[in-house]
Amino acid sequence: MDETAASGSGMPQLDITTFSNQIFWLIVTLVVLYYVMSRVALPRVAAVLADRRGTITSDIAAAEEFKLKAQEAEDAYKTAMVDARAEANRIVEAAKAEMQAELDVQLAKADAEIAAKSAESERRIREIRDSALAMVTEVSQDITADVLGVFDAKADQGSVTAAVSARMKGGA
Amino acid sequence: MASDSGFEIRPMDQFEVKALFGGDIYWYTPTNVTLWMALTVLAASALMIYGARGRALVPSRAQSAAEMTYGFIYNMVRDVAGHDAVRFFPYIFTLFMFVLFANLLGLIPFAFTTTSHIAVTAVLAFTVFLTVTGLGFILNGTKFLGLFWVSSAPLALRPVLALIELISYFARPISHSIRLAGAMMAGHAVAKVFAGFASALGAAFFVPVLAVTALYALELLVAVIQAYVFTILTCVYLRDALHPSH
Repeated sequence: MDETAASGSGMPQLDITTFSNQIFWLIVTLVVLYYVMSRVALPRVAAVLADRRGTITSDIAAAEEFKLKAQEAEDAYKTAMVDARAEANRIVEAAKAEMQAELDVQLAKADAEIAAKSAESERRIREIRDSALAMVTEVSQDITADVLGVFDAKADQGSVTAAVSARMKGGA
Repeated sequence: MASDSGFEIRPMDQFEVKALFGGDIYWYTPTNVTLWMALTVLAASALMIYGARGRALVPSRAQSAAEMTYGFIYNMVRDVAGHDAVRFFPYIFTLFMFVLFANLLGLIPFAFTTTSHIAVTAVLAFTVFLTVTGLGFILNGTKFLGLFWVSSAPLALRPVLALIELISYFARPISHSIRLAGAMMAGHAVAKVFAGFASALGAAFFVPVLAVTALYALELLVAVIQAYVFTILTCVYLRDALHPSH
């Protein structure tokens, strides 16, 4: 057995003289590897994996929250929009009503002024006409008196006035 | 193997244990076993510590590989051996990393494959066997023997089944260790034989070279699969120790 192994043609695996060496170094290796893995490598990797899981979970939660916030903001926006529209309508209606009232007041005032003005005008026309008539009557009496004076006809003031008035009424 | 023909292939030479600095081999002598086991530790540490050194939220390739290895073994332990086996995860992870990197480093040309030696794999397998058996008795007491007493079988058959179960139980470390060492040794020896043909065939050298290339790809697969098989069997044995009821 030893001879064949030494000659290189046997199976080195069965050369029991090297077993103690292999087993010794294997145990050393396994102990070292175990300490390196369990004390350094595995805790680090586990921490990184836990970190990542935590980050992903919190990111998803944050995204969910943002989504809710966006939803809320959209709702608020829609409500504000509806409110603003209603408010605008109300303001427009109010303005219209106010303008209408103002317009009505102004119209009424203008109508009243016009009415007053035309009444005044009528009054003044009537005055002018009356005064004109009075003047015509007076002139007619004077002329009549003068004409009677020329013809030496005697006529008293009263009859002349009555005659002229009767003529004026008939002529008018 | 006639040395006078001038052509000889010595596929087993690669498995020889040699002292690094010459002289006789005692149990403490630094040998190529020491060297390649140290390289195994370095390679495993390189992946798990240097590769994962960034500790980034978005991992680099190496960090991703380290994390995937971690997750792969962690899930294997949890799924195969159960949730209460997770406390043994560092041990199983150490075993997996040792076997995986010993296998892979052994594929480097002129390398020495530590896991091709039955002495190494037997120590690994018997460590698992003794640990698991001891654990089974410590955690379950005599109930652990229920593993051999198939209560779902007819009463008359149970002694026979118990005998078979017992034999298969004690065959576990043997198959566990020989599977790994055998797969490693056979692949490397075959590769060496084909490589020897390449130098002997002259002009037709490309035939064995192609064969070696294909074989190398297969061996890469075998190296990883054997590490996986060794680890998953450890998990299965651990499950039996934690939950001996059939």
